[in-house]
Amino acid sequence: MNKPAQIASSGCRETPILKERGQREVFCGLTGIIWLHRKMQDAFFLVVGSRTCAHLLQSAAGVMIFAEPRFGTAILEEQDLAGLADAQDEIDREVDRLLSRRPDIKQLFLVGSCPSEVIKLDLSRAAERLTQKYAPHVRVLNYSGSGIETTFTQGEDACLESMVPILPETQDRELLLVGALPDVVEDQALDLLEKLGVGPVRVLPAPRADGTPGVGPNTKYAVLQPFLGETCAALDRRGAQRIDAPFPFGEEGTTAWLRAIADEFGVSPETFEQVTAAPRARARKAISAAAQTLNGKSIFFFPDSQLEVPLARFLTRECGMQPIEIGAPYIHKGLVGADLELIPEGPTISEGQDVDLQLDRCRAARPDITVCGLGLANPLEAEGLTTKWAIELVFTPVHFYEQAGDLAGLFARPIRRRELLKMEADSPSQKTREVAR
Amino acid sequence: MKLTVWTYEGPPHVGAMRVATGMKGLHYVLHAPQGDTYADLLFTMIERRNHRPPVTYTTFQARDLGSDTAHLFKDACRDAYERFKPEALIVGASCTAELIQDDPGGLAETMGIPVPVIPLELPSYQRKEYFGCDETFFQITRALARQMDKTDRITCNILGPTGLGFRHRDDVEELTGLLSEIGVDVNVVAPMGATPTDITKLGQAHFNVMLYPETCEAACRYLERELGMPYTKTVPIGVGATRDFIAEVQALTGLTGQPDESRLRLPWWSASVDSTYLTGKRVFLFGDATHVKTSARIARDEMGFEVVGLGCYNREFARDIRALAKEFGLEALITDDYLEVEKAIEDAAPEMILGTQMERHIGKRLGIPCAVISAPVHVQDFPARYSPQVGFEGANVIFDTWIHPLVMGLEEHLLAMFREDFEFHDAAGPSHHGGHAPKPLEEAPATSVAAEAEGSMPEDTAARSTGSDVAVWLADAEKELKKIPFFVRGKAKRNTEKYALEQGVTEISVDTLYEAKAHYAR
Repeated sequence: MNKPAQIASSGCRETPILKERGQREVFCGLTGIIWLHRKMQDAFFLVVGSRTCAHLLQSAAGVMIFAEPRFGTAILEEQDLAGLADAQDEIDREVDRLLSRRPDIKQLFLVGSCPSEVIKLDLSRAAERLTQKYAPHVRVLNYSGSGIETTFTQGEDACLESMVPILPETQDRELLLVGALPDVVEDQALDLLEKLGVGPVRVLPAPRADGTPGVGPNTKYAVLQPFLGETCAALDRRGAQRIDAPFPFGEEGTTAWLRAIADEFGVSPETFEQVTAAPRARARKAISAAAQTLNGKSIFFFPDSQLEVPLARFLTRECGMQPIEIGAPYIHKGLVGADLELIPEGPTISEGQDVDLQLDRCRAARPDITVCGLGLANPLEAEGLTTKWAIELVFTPVHFYEQAGDLAGLFARPIRRRELLKMEADSPSQKTREVAR
Repeated sequence: MKLTVWTYEGPPHVGAMRVATGMKGLHYVLHAPQGDTYADLLFTMIERRNHRPPVTYTTFQARDLGSDTAHLFKDACRDAYERFKPEALIVGASCTAELIQDDPGGLAETMGIPVPVIPLELPSYQRKEYFGCDETFFQITRALARQMDKTDRITCNILGPTGLGFRHRDDVEELTGLLSEIGVDVNVVAPMGATPTDITKLGQAHFNVMLYPETCEAACRYLERELGMPYTKTVPIGVGATRDFIAEVQALTGLTGQPDESRLRLPWWSASVDSTYLTGKRVFLFGDATHVKTSARIARDEMGFEVVGLGCYNREFARDIRALAKEFGLEALITDDYLEVEKAIEDAAPEMILGTQMERHIGKRLGIPCAVISAPVHVQDFPARYSPQVGFEGANVIFDTWIHPLVMGLEEHLLAMFREDFEFHDAAGPSHHGGHAPKPLEEAPATSVAAEAEGSMPEDTAARSTGSDVAVWLADAEKELKKIPFFVRGKAKRNTEKYALEQGVTEISVDTLYEAKAHYAR
């Protein structure tokens, strides 16, 4: 790792944000279902939407692996649009059918979509009614993953937010971790916290309905993902207090995140040092391999998952990269302020998108690597720009110490690949030309 | 409302995108919320396109709904024209925009855009992707194609290929060669590769080749009606169909050129003795109507398979497919419900599936080999090498593709013969498939054959689930059953149990097993 530079200023915290409004090349919030349904093992996500919603869900991650996944789309048809009175009955019928076929389902999310929002289909009413009907066996909740309200990862935010009001009340002093992470990473986090002597630790979302955490005025919570602003607000309303910290990406981010928790829970500096020294060293070593490739390279972020700011912080400070533009669909300064502060001034910070204008800026800047969505990656590669698909950052375990090297590697691999590929002839005349140059 | 897990077709505006992305110099302004841009990645990732699809999404948000989404559309339309300078625009709405009724066509018409603006009405809540392709190409043709002087040489248009099509790229190349050998030049290929200017010249050709009815039938009918252009009805996929197609073109044109058959290998490959093992292989066909129809003929007449089930997901062609099924003595499966298809395949217990990406997953789950014959497609259905379906080379490609998933000729016998060998046993899978280590041969507990089969033989799970109401297997019979090669063992087990049930036998002995075998012998 590069030694964290002493920053006198407030980094990018006060940098004016370029706000853009135009065509957005991003997913809608429904996409979050793809990882949420794996995380919550007794939950089913029923999207009330159109064929487009169903097509998005199966296309977004190329996930047609499961014969019958724990999500589906109740596709609105012409007759549903004609008379709204039936729509509630139709939902009841589909839910009845679903729950009778899947008795393993304990939590059902009715997920709103663009069309259901536009026709003002009241899913909260449906959820209330169905909760009463299926209590106590199944809990029915609702949230909107529509593209007119949510961008990509905001779907998870909306989902978790919908769970907060029904969390049981507790007076216990507990640490609550907020955000859906791959199990392997979550286990590492829990292990570190246990070694630090912090506890009890609960997680939202819990893998199963019966593990639902409690919340109350003595709950301290730490956020694992930077896109959970509404969930945080809902937890605050329940009296819980957030532990502010940079996000646990890279060695520095993980250490800062753990330290903020350790401070809150009165962990001694010696214990902290003892628990984190070895993994910190491992993380630094793992990062340094990839950092050789990344050092001094420029990077341009198109908006995608809201992970952009913390990742830019990691790549700048631990891998020696130079951000040109850090674009995010939404910048929640309350959550990513600590990360912004650590990024040296210089890059453009942009929020929202007008994709054609942003592409113009990107082409002009010709960054060494561009982080963008799948719709843009191949076209930019064809123009000679190296890219990293942003969605991989959401689907791959990248948090905490043991994944820090993998995270850096995700960015180094496209650069190394471009350097690796050679298609030119190996003929003597060709070589002579090389030498002459 | 209808609960859908996986869909075979996207919404109709994705069909319009397939047409627009296939073409050049055309731009699509789509009134749509954020998120609908996911469709771009179908083209840039699955098809590895090196350009963004020529689509501008208006990206309206909830807060715009109360105020002025129409204005948003007009701005997007103007910006798109200024930036991309297309020869023509198509404008329309996605499912959400359809609900807010801004009338993109009407709005664009008033804007004085100096190129043709073609409005699309694609009812998202009634129709699907193929309708979107067909209707969009029809509207473009109707707006642009005009009566023109015919070319001096006899020419045709090849109609139907689009973005994201199954092997469309190579089919066009193969077909162009085939037509050239008959003596026919190609005037325009459309939508794929055509500009709006090219569409205006469709009328120069003497006739149209309707390559994929799903995506161009409306345009073909229109051109026949309005411009007097006949079109071919045979889709030249398979040896027999290609020969029929050649005859059809010769009849239309009076030309007598005979395409060179020296490259055609399927007939000999199929006749050679190694292929004897293909005889009567039980196959299940599912996909788009055109590919199922052509594949059914190839399967039966050119490969010697037995077709045990067939169907299509595009309801527009239900009548055709029902008629086809009748010809095969079957009941057609017309559905876009993935679970229903899975059930039908499980019930038919074929030895191979010829299907789409979706059936590949079904095959994986049921342990049945599968070859892909139709869209919907996956990135692996866009091979780097030349691999058409159409014409004589297409027939060669199909032969190779279909037998690849199977255990071949003598190997089938050898695997059975050396069943006890620790690495060359029948669960090891075909030797030409790498990527998996042979599963170790384990001695199964004598009480449960099904348990032994677990993992490598999921088809047995069906039998196991009904295990309570079937006869009991005696130890000898169970041992004998294990001697049957794994890829037919499931079927043998089911047949025996069915036979036992019919005969009222409660204990299955070795004799029952062989009586059942004789009973079901073909």
